[in-house]
Amino acid sequence: MDFLGFIIILVKVLVVFAATMLTVLILIYAERRVSAFMQGRLGPNRVGPKGILQPIADGIKFLMKEEFIPAGVDKPIFILAPAILLIPALMTFAVIPFGSSITILGREIALQVADVNVGILYILALTSIGVYGIVLAGWSSNSKYSLLGGLRSSAQLISYELAMGLAVVSIILLSGSLKLNDIIADQQGYFLSWNVFKQPLAFVIFLVAVYAETNRLPFDLSEAEQELVGGYHTEYSSMKFAMFFMAEYANMITAAALTVTLFFGGWDFPLINETMLGNWGTALSVLAFILKMGFFLFLFIWVRWTFPRFRYDQLMKLGWKVMLPTALFNIFVTAGYLTIKSVV
Amino acid sequence: MSLPLLFYIAALIAVGSAVLVVLNKNVVYSALLLVLCFFSLAIIYLLLEAYFLAVLEVFIYAGAIMVLFLFVIMLLNLGREKALEHFKYLQRGLSIFLVVLFFLGVFLLLLNDSSALHQPEGGFSAGGVYSLGEALFTKYLLPFEVASLLLLVALIGTVYLAKRKI
Repeated sequence: MDFLGFIIILVKVLVVFAATMLTVLILIYAERRVSAFMQGRLGPNRVGPKGILQPIADGIKFLMKEEFIPAGVDKPIFILAPAILLIPALMTFAVIPFGSSITILGREIALQVADVNVGILYILALTSIGVYGIVLAGWSSNSKYSLLGGLRSSAQLISYELAMGLAVVSIILLSGSLKLNDIIADQQGYFLSWNVFKQPLAFVIFLVAVYAETNRLPFDLSEAEQELVGGYHTEYSSMKFAMFFMAEYANMITAAALTVTLFFGGWDFPLINETMLGNWGTALSVLAFILKMGFFLFLFIWVRWTFPRFRYDQLMKLGWKVMLPTALFNIFVTAGYLTIKSVV
Repeated sequence: MSLPLLFYIAALIAVGSAVLVVLNKNVVYSALLLVLCFFSLAIIYLLLEAYFLAVLEVFIYAGAIMVLFLFVIMLLNLGREKALEHFKYLQRGLSIFLVVLFFLGVFLLLLNDSSALHQPEGGFSAGGVYSLGEALFTKYLLPFEVASLLLLVALIGTVYLAKRKI
């Protein structure tokens, strides 16, 4: 690889990392303001204009707090667990294309950190690694609330991972590739060719599973405050707690980006052919991606303050008895359709 | 960093963590070391340009099966090794016998013709998903179907064991 190519990749990594962290900050602020709005409160509005510096104040608070490790915890794992959760959460965004290619000085640069040819599986694999962070945090804390939170979450994540994977399989069947770029290319053109119109059932299953995978309400059983104090992160304080917090929001960002990529044409701006417009088209495509992603991030917050939490048996029943058979049925229909189409 | 160096690092971690899985007394640590072993195997797959296999290794073994193992370990709260005490001698004898048998086999293979170990079967890296799928549904169709039957039997067995009243 030439030196310039190396620099370009480095810049892309830095840009994506910085953008993710910035979005985490914005999300923390947005969650508090939107929840306050929905409950008829004001929310944080003291630090900076309209309170937009509140997340930074929170971050400083986390850094300044005393680092406390309770007696009786399994120390190495207790310290490792937040990192195991956060690192995969930050790594997943690497394969998501966030715009069409940009041309600088005659050099075409794809707006994506790594074009892996098993892109979608890479994301599913890494998100399944994040479970370890939660389970180990719960176990190593040596507290019954933490352990219960960790156990609940591991069972929940495994159950919904299946439904999510099967929903993705029907998309892979349609596009015939595991590469995210190919999946986006398959949805180009008129915006009715977006996968959400071709695969509405898969979209519903995927969206529900994503909420379970990110531990968000109505599926936040692993940290149900009323029953488990704080769930798997009950015993954590200071920056380690902040890492759990950041991992949750980073996972939400990836989940929103993945939903957009798989079902809403990725960076595809409806009714416009971006590749014809040069760099302006690229700017439009990035804008389209950000707007679509922003909507799904807002939806996360919206749903959180709208739906009550599921009971645990209801959660399992929904995952295994409703979502899994429906996803299988959807694959059956999609594969049948493709087979008939290839014969006729 | 050159690729052979990466291979030696990954191989060292794989073997080292596998040995520690056996030697460790804490079951949770053993499980985690096994996950580390899977990761280094995935790196070796990546070096062989078998991206699909590498991702599947992480996705299925590390991401799903070992999480279930951990789940069971935590539910039973197996902190000590006393649960395995009465199998001790049988287990040790059997494992030593199998290891000796395995190394004898490898030794005989190396003695006869070592070139067979260096050559992977052709068409492995190209495409990955396509070549694997095609091989599964044409050349290895019978083993594939037998495996699916085996899984079905295991599923029915699990339901029978878990649900006393059917």
